Amino acid sequence: MREIEADELEALAIGAGVLGTGGGNHPHLELMCAQEAYARGKRVRMLDPAELDDDARVAVLAFMGAPLVTKERLPEPVSACRAVRLMEAHVGRRFDAVMSVEIGGENAFLPLLVGMELDLPVVDADVMGRAFPEVQMTSFAIRGLPMAPFAIADIRDNALIIAHAENAGWTERLGRRAVVELGSIAGTCGAPRTGAEVKAHAILGSTSRAIRLGRAVERARRAHADPVAAILAAESGALLLRGKVEDVSRRMAEGFVRGQARLGGTGTDAGRTLLIDFQNEFSAAREDGAVLASVPDLITILDAVTGEAIGAEVIRYGQRVAVIALPADPIMTSPAGLAAVGPRAFGFDFDYTPFARRAGAGGEARP
Amino acid sequence: MKRIGIDVGGTNTDGVLLDGTRILSRVKTATTADVTTGVRAALAHVTAGADPAGLAGVMIGTTHFTNAVIERRGVERVAVVRIGLPAAAVLPPFTGWPADLRRAVEGPVFMLRGGHEFDGRPIVPFDAEGMRQAARAIAASGVGSVAVCAVFSPLTAAAEEEARAILAQEAPGVAVTLSSALGRIGLLERENAAILNSCLHGLARRTVAAFRDAIAASGLAAPLYITQNDGTVVVAEVAERFPVLCFASGPTNSMRGAALLSGRQNAIVVDVGGTTSDVGVLEGGFPREANSRVDIGGVRTVFRMPDVVSIGLGGGTRVSTAPFGIGPESVGFRIREAARVFGGDTLTLTDIGVGLGLAAIGSPARVAGLDPALLARCRDWIRTALEEVIDRMKTSAAPVPVVAVGGGAFLVPETLAGVSEVVKVPDAGVANAVGAAMAQVSGEVDRIFHDMPREEAVARARAVAEARAVEAGAQRESLVLLDVEDLPLAYIPGDARRVRVRVVGDVR
Repeated sequence: MREIEADELEALAIGAGVLGTGGGNHPHLELMCAQEAYARGKRVRMLDPAELDDDARVAVLAFMGAPLVTKERLPEPVSACRAVRLMEAHVGRRFDAVMSVEIGGENAFLPLLVGMELDLPVVDADVMGRAFPEVQMTSFAIRGLPMAPFAIADIRDNALIIAHAENAGWTERLGRRAVVELGSIAGTCGAPRTGAEVKAHAILGSTSRAIRLGRAVERARRAHADPVAAILAAESGALLLRGKVEDVSRRMAEGFVRGQARLGGTGTDAGRTLLIDFQNEFSAAREDGAVLASVPDLITILDAVTGEAIGAEVIRYGQRVAVIALPADPIMTSPAGLAAVGPRAFGFDFDYTPFARRAGAGGEARP
Repeated sequence: MKRIGIDVGGTNTDGVLLDGTRILSRVKTATTADVTTGVRAALAHVTAGADPAGLAGVMIGTTHFTNAVIERRGVERVAVVRIGLPAAAVLPPFTGWPADLRRAVEGPVFMLRGGHEFDGRPIVPFDAEGMRQAARAIAASGVGSVAVCAVFSPLTAAAEEEARAILAQEAPGVAVTLSSALGRIGLLERENAAILNSCLHGLARRTVAAFRDAIAASGLAAPLYITQNDGTVVVAEVAERFPVLCFASGPTNSMRGAALLSGRQNAIVVDVGGTTSDVGVLEGGFPREANSRVDIGGVRTVFRMPDVVSIGLGGGTRVSTAPFGIGPESVGFRIREAARVFGGDTLTLTDIGVGLGLAAIGSPARVAGLDPALLARCRDWIRTALEEVIDRMKTSAAPVPVVAVGGGAFLVPETLAGVSEVVKVPDAGVANAVGAAMAQVSGEVDRIFHDMPREEAVARARAVAEARAVEAGAQRESLVLLDVEDLPLAYIPGDARRVRVRVVGDVR
């Protein structure tokens, strides 16, 4: 167990943006909330998963809803705190720690905010290792752990429990419907996990991974070095292209923003063209019909100068960017993982192949 | 139709009198500390000997409001009402503000129940009684300006309007800014914009009054317009209420002037001033907007500002010979005494330009003896610096036209890599004032629409934008659609989309 230092919060925000893969943005409001809590004297205690008792109970937290609503209603940890208390009442046992569903984007900070309010430690882990759009796209669901019971609460006195669900898809479906009625933003607490389950089935070290990534970007910025190279060095990722956004098309389908961005290479990549598909998150990168990278590996588009992650909702014509790929957790690339979050789960007609590293991309070969 | 354009910059106040698109007179005077004196001098110069009959308007772009926030001078205390509880309870107003600006501006803050959901339902009923008590407290506090911001007010402004009605009853005379008038989703940034607008309320009234006095004292009888961030103007009455929309006039006016003087609607504009070259992009005759968030004086806001990159290349940029180096230091406004061609002893890029035969300024004989190798080296440096920054601003590899304006436009080479043509125009030195004089009037809206087809959402947004443009001084029949942007919203049912529409038309 260690305290997250005040100056690590900013690094966590940068790293969460990079791991958001276009779906989760740089969580600046959540960062401000955390900094404000630190100014009030609160501190986040971060727990190494190895320190968890097998019998400990861990609350798995997420904001569910539309990111845009958060921009208006602001990220209230209160609703998630209520969901935690509701779940405790439902199962008749107190939680020992909290953790995040996804390290990518805004949800990276939710367990920190809730942990400070409820005085619970935050487990250094998540269950996506990135951002994904739906609750069944988690390592817990992939490993067959039930998602229900599932608690949902808003900032008024509305709260509900999905006591049972046929499968993770039903939890998503029922939960999503309730969340829309609550104003498209709610705090959720998934089924309590034991310490043993977290250690066996979560993606471990996610929070420190994000902080490490953010630190690398900060160091590069301070040294006026290339933050993109710094990320690749920290993550053993691959640079897919440096270039400019030439075209973006978006459409809505089943509640998600889908579309494609076309990027033209510049400098040593001049003459190359990359097509990036997105379904909230960036899901595939293709060149001349060949797939360079796809889900569940992480595809992230970074501002070429600042290294700041650029979301699929804000990417636009003319931006100077670098496209990188980072490796997914082995749980996600297992057969069960690919069935849930592989290319075919996102409607592509090709199978997953790990991305190849290109010469000069930095970092060492992928294990 | 005659118009006067005045651009008040940090160093110079530039003015032009136009008849249609013809420049009748032009002037460059020093910006004065009180600004008004400089404006009055510019007005006197451009109207001297000219017949001001038929003058349709005086268009002024000013750095007053930005500087007030950046320098924390002339700002006033503001009361803030946030409506959204039990949502939006975290991060109260003024969170994240620089301490000194916060000290100067922060007044009483009230957080009330109310506001709306993304689909227009109330979050909870509006706390009208709490608002009444807040209004009385504001009246008693002596604060003259209040900013009101409700959750999802760009979707429905009902709560903010109710608050304004109560303020009118309980705190008459207090100036009210509703955040919904400034648009854009993002509560904190919109609230910040409303607070900044409120804190400039008195300054805006004084500044506009001073401009009106200057016009009257010059014997002119023409309406006053103020230029905005997007390269258009609003009538002074609107600028008085929304000074915050008039922040970034300088680079915008130059780019608009470059479009008008060159006839190019799509081009890169290089504005070579005394200290820097400001490089921006014209798209359809208007400046391309920056994509990133905008900090004004350290406060995060929602404005769209022109996408401009500055490099240290100006007419006053110093050149050293041993060791060789160019800039970024500049003699700035002292160029007329410091540069060699003006009798000084500092070698500047103006001297280099004269030495290269690019311009005949001052006494060319004073730079006749410059080493040809030094001249060639400087010429190469200028070329490389401009080619790099132009390439950064381009949106594709295809060659683009470049329009060179500003007092140092002669330094821009006649050919550049990646550039289809370099356009130089007469009167490039007062392009900013021309841009102000020729500015049109715009109206903009940025809202969420749902449960309707895209066409209807865009039509509704357009109607609101047109109404705003007319209020800002546009002729309704001249309005044209400038751009439409619509973004489907993730995780929200009912075909929800955020629509942004901008229209533009001629001044009345």
